[in-house]
Amino acid sequence: MSRPLRWRSPIRGPWLTSMFALPLLAGLPVVALTGLLDRLAYGREQAIPAADAVGGLQLPWWDWPADPAWLFRLTEGLHVGLGTVLVPLVLAKLWSVIPKLFTGPERNPVALLERLSLVLLVGSILFLVVTGLLNVQYDYVFGFSFYDGHYAAAWVFLAAFTLHVVTKLPTMVRSLRSRRLRTELATPLAATRPEPPHPLVAPDPDPPTMSRRGAIALVGGGMVFVAALTVGQFTDRFRATALLLPRGRTTAPGSTERGGPNDFPVNRTFAASGIDPAVVGDGWRLTLTGGAAPVVLDRAALAALPQHTARLPIACVEGWSTSQEWTGVRLTDLARAAGVPAPASAEVRSAEAAGPFTRSLLNRAQTLAPDSMLALRVNGADLSRDHGFPARLVVPALPGVHNTKWVATIGFSGAPR
Amino acid sequence: MLGCFALAGWAVWSIAGGSPDLVRMAWWFLGAVVLHDLVLFPLYAAGDRLLLTALPRTRVPLVNHVRVPLLGSGLALLVFLPGILRQGGATTTAATGLDQEPYRLRWVALSVALCAASALVWVLRTLRARRASSRA
Repeated sequence: MSRPLRWRSPIRGPWLTSMFALPLLAGLPVVALTGLLDRLAYGREQAIPAADAVGGLQLPWWDWPADPAWLFRLTEGLHVGLGTVLVPLVLAKLWSVIPKLFTGPERNPVALLERLSLVLLVGSILFLVVTGLLNVQYDYVFGFSFYDGHYAAAWVFLAAFTLHVVTKLPTMVRSLRSRRLRTELATPLAATRPEPPHPLVAPDPDPPTMSRRGAIALVGGGMVFVAALTVGQFTDRFRATALLLPRGRTTAPGSTERGGPNDFPVNRTFAASGIDPAVVGDGWRLTLTGGAAPVVLDRAALAALPQHTARLPIACVEGWSTSQEWTGVRLTDLARAAGVPAPASAEVRSAEAAGPFTRSLLNRAQTLAPDSMLALRVNGADLSRDHGFPARLVVPALPGVHNTKWVATIGFSGAPR
Repeated sequence: MLGCFALAGWAVWSIAGGSPDLVRMAWWFLGAVVLHDLVLFPLYAAGDRLLLTALPRTRVPLVNHVRVPLLGSGLALLVFLPGILRQGGATTTAATGLDQEPYRLRWVALSVALCAASALVWVLRTLRARRASSRA
């Protein structure tokens, strides 16, 4: 028999573990639920992985609403923001239970299976955190589809998390009751003693170097620190505080848009779209279909139609968001011009030839929302090319990538999608 | 419990089953666990041991004044690794029109600021402790 590892921490124990578990029990379901909602927001036909490939693993589809306009900004922001802020807490929780990893294998098959489910739980959380953080920072080193991997791991997580909560909830409650939080918060380092004997408690610990309240403050401080470096990407005023994230910045320092009406984050540059500049130059035309015959409009004709202005967010699946004042032609006015007076759905196509987001499918609520528009201008100026000049779709509460840029055709239909 | 394994298995199979990606996903799944449990944890635990033995004994213990800024710096490195390492530059530029130039220096500056703040607090605590003991 080899000598077991000697655990040294005098504060590791079931009470502290439960203190880390409790906020995770509250926070992780919010992250999971908002993640699933964001999948719904993508819409049945545009969700990735495609709905039919997912078997029965899908929340009941319902039409994502177009009101309130901030809905997707909130759900996606919560998913990414809270998911990032919980990272220090997840690490602390893993630290607090790590002696269990180094105990011998279980003989009892039920206990063995329970241990195995912990591999699924820890593995899926780490996998979700790592792929999520990489995706937010546009780093695709993992080499598989982010959507497939993140979505599959989400179900592994939901299964393993449910099992873990069901089996451990009584332990957590019991452990939390074993000490009083108020007493712990009043206990300085000098008076810090180990918890009573338990598999997590070191039998022969070192003298304390940090009190329990210190450890809790450390983890809480880590969460505040990550939050301070993350919230900026959800706001326009405090954007620069997201010091280390791509969405802490708007446009490049030398850019001609710097400080102007188009100075807000871009998702997919004009250069990356591969569109021939001539296609979106003076020869650009918008084709409206769905009526008796296609209707073709140039930009001057569009600008001559009644213009609508609204402040609407662009919220991206990578979690960042911005709110700008858009001006353009209401989709309902375009539908009337197309000869479809009562549209129930729309398909908006970009001049961009290839890529997963070259078209957008709108449901009834999104087509009819009074603020849904084909925007020509933003903040009182023409759209920049990077923001979709000559015209882009802006629909309230629609995921950013579906607000198609460089729009070429819009097909209206009287039939719902 | 069996339901948990069934759901997990079914999910993975119906979403990624038959795809060549599945093997890569499995590697990343297991890799994440191994990297955390057998690399990251032993590393920071050993680092902490080293810290405890190497630091001089002082009136106000230094240990947490070293731990806190290092953990903060490490946490920022871990969470914002791609920008700091300049990974995914091409996709970042295609998506945002921006490069990854500033992040490394910003991270260094942030780490220095954390260390400086922690050192300042230590100095203040030491001064206060000294004054308290001279009064006693």
